[in-house]
Amino acid sequence: MFDLLGISPQVLMGQLLLGLINGSFYAVLSLGLAVIFGLLNIINFAHGALYMMGAFVAWMLLSYLGVGYWWALILSPLIVGVFGIVLERTMLSRLYKLDHLYGLLLTFGLALIIQGLFRNYYGISGLPYQIPEALSGGQNLGFMFLPNYRAWVVAASAVVCFGTWFMIEKTRLGAYLRAATENPVLVGAFGINVPLMIMLTYGFGVALAGFAGVLAAPIYSVNPNMGADLIIVVFAVVVIGGMGSIMGAILTGYVLGLVEGLTRVFYPEGSAVVIFVIMAIVLLIKPEGLFGKAA
Amino acid sequence: MIRTLALGTALGALTAGAAMAQDMDVKLGVLNDRSGVYADLSGEGSVVAARMAIEDFGAADKGMNVEIISADHQNKPDVGSNIARQWYDEEGVNAILDVPTSSVALAVADITAQKNGVMINSGAGSTELTQGQCRPTTIHWTYDTAALANGTGGAMTKAGGEKWFFLTADYAFGHSLEENTTTVVQENGGEVVGQVDVPFPAMDFSSFLLQAQGSGADVIGLANAGGDTVNAIKQASEFGITQAGQKLAALLFFVTDVHALGAETAQGLSLTEAFYWDFDDTTREWSARFEEIHGAKPTMVQAGVYSGTMAYLQAVEAVGSAEDGEAIAAQMKTMEIDDPLFGAVTVRGDGRAIHDMHLFEVKSPDQSTGEWDLYTHISTIGGEEAFLPMLDECDFTK
Repeated sequence: MFDLLGISPQVLMGQLLLGLINGSFYAVLSLGLAVIFGLLNIINFAHGALYMMGAFVAWMLLSYLGVGYWWALILSPLIVGVFGIVLERTMLSRLYKLDHLYGLLLTFGLALIIQGLFRNYYGISGLPYQIPEALSGGQNLGFMFLPNYRAWVVAASAVVCFGTWFMIEKTRLGAYLRAATENPVLVGAFGINVPLMIMLTYGFGVALAGFAGVLAAPIYSVNPNMGADLIIVVFAVVVIGGMGSIMGAILTGYVLGLVEGLTRVFYPEGSAVVIFVIMAIVLLIKPEGLFGKAA
Repeated sequence: MIRTLALGTALGALTAGAAMAQDMDVKLGVLNDRSGVYADLSGEGSVVAARMAIEDFGAADKGMNVEIISADHQNKPDVGSNIARQWYDEEGVNAILDVPTSSVALAVADITAQKNGVMINSGAGSTELTQGQCRPTTIHWTYDTAALANGTGGAMTKAGGEKWFFLTADYAFGHSLEENTTTVVQENGGEVVGQVDVPFPAMDFSSFLLQAQGSGADVIGLANAGGDTVNAIKQASEFGITQAGQKLAALLFFVTDVHALGAETAQGLSLTEAFYWDFDDTTREWSARFEEIHGAKPTMVQAGVYSGTMAYLQAVEAVGSAEDGEAIAAQMKTMEIDDPLFGAVTVRGDGRAIHDMHLFEVKSPDQSTGEWDLYTHISTIGGEEAFLPMLDECDFTK
């Protein structure tokens, strides 16, 4: 166990921790996708672009209005969420009765347009965004130096993921939502405004992407392509977890972050494909995903 | 473009009556990345630079009718090849400018040789363009991976950074940059203690950075480009690697990248460039004009498009026609060029433009007086020292 393949336990611990941090991003993003798919039946390909928007809105708030990180953490998801609601009302709502493919194509097109607009105005090199003062620096854990900001990312994402799961699975509101996806007509007949609920759900799922974007801004390059690079991996995470499964998306996000972290130690060249290899295996053995219900 | 064109035509018509004027049509194509990772460092800015060169050269006054077209090669060799073929065959393009991304540049170099055009490359880094795959019609103007390695690698090893660890983008460009730099490090008495191949493109570098940290290296060489380099530097600062004394060497980094990172994060970084806007009065004046049109300071690639276009037009004027690409390239190789942006430039028999390269260090936020005030000049590396020696079989002047 110790000095496994020439890797000391310290290095291993460090890499596992880093994997957990990346897993936090995967978890928040795939959670948003799972919520939207589970409750709206829309494969939201614009998720990556909205994550990018979250980071850009944080930057804009800081540079144009002088609004700092902490407010951005609340305001940016709100702004992105409202933007999502506009998209849902004006375009997506017309597609619910059609095949998944139409929603996928529409959101994919939207993603390209959003990215193109940002690229046109802000260029491709990216924009600077600093780590907030209160979270700069880090702790020496003995086996690695853990930046405070990364610790915060793990904590914030865990709270958000758990909160979302709790709201959808354990509260009355969540029960309405789940019922509305099963049988919207019946739930509507009980006097519940189903279209409003669906609209807010999309806004919420999209706001999660915006939230992840703000979390990412201080540590990753803030550029128009940042979401496009990430979204494919996140989709793989959702597929592995099982489309539409809330808990599946969260757990798979964290676990795959860990797996990717380990691959970086043992075979770095493979770290970009390991998730897709797992996806292929899962699809072969359990096509509905690890946590999905058989169709 | 239309205005330049109209102006050119009008002036051409005016001077047509004069005895000395012979109307000469020249068509230039700027082929680069207009939407992807290299769009900021080349892109529309290169078109702006080429247009400025035509204006400053006074093409219209000399009875030369110079037209510019541009296209996006999307960093794909097949797309770039198709455009180049179409330009030479159907559009009557005489020369292709810029062409970043080495794989595209090598493909376009071949087509240019077949069609007897000229490629004045500013954006691509591969030394192959003037070494293994040299062509009589290729002029490689601004930089190459060997010059970057010599500049940054040599200087940092001499300054005491003897042990190197590379984070290498896992594709042809990254490996070639690592190889060039390894040679330079070893020649200067340093050693390479480890390396890791990072899948491209990568977002999270923390695992790789920790491996580099654990290796005990003095210098972490970043053999990557664009967003990858930005991510690696941002995270190295976050993990306290630079603060703990390990130095980062960004082996290919442009002023637009430093601008994107901000001086706070990028400070202290060493890098090599052929051009910096704040070098002297001439470069400042030129860059101010450029910024007025384009909205950002020029990169060395864009400045290289300007200088290369200028030299090309001089050669066309001397030859008297833009039709025979090989003749123009040969003419360029005989000229003593005193360039406003690059200083003294000569073009070697293999097409490699020889000029000074400069080593810079990124300023700290206290030292920086403005958004674009980013570099301190450390030293100048002479052209002969910076670039690889010419291969005998590539000397097309023989």
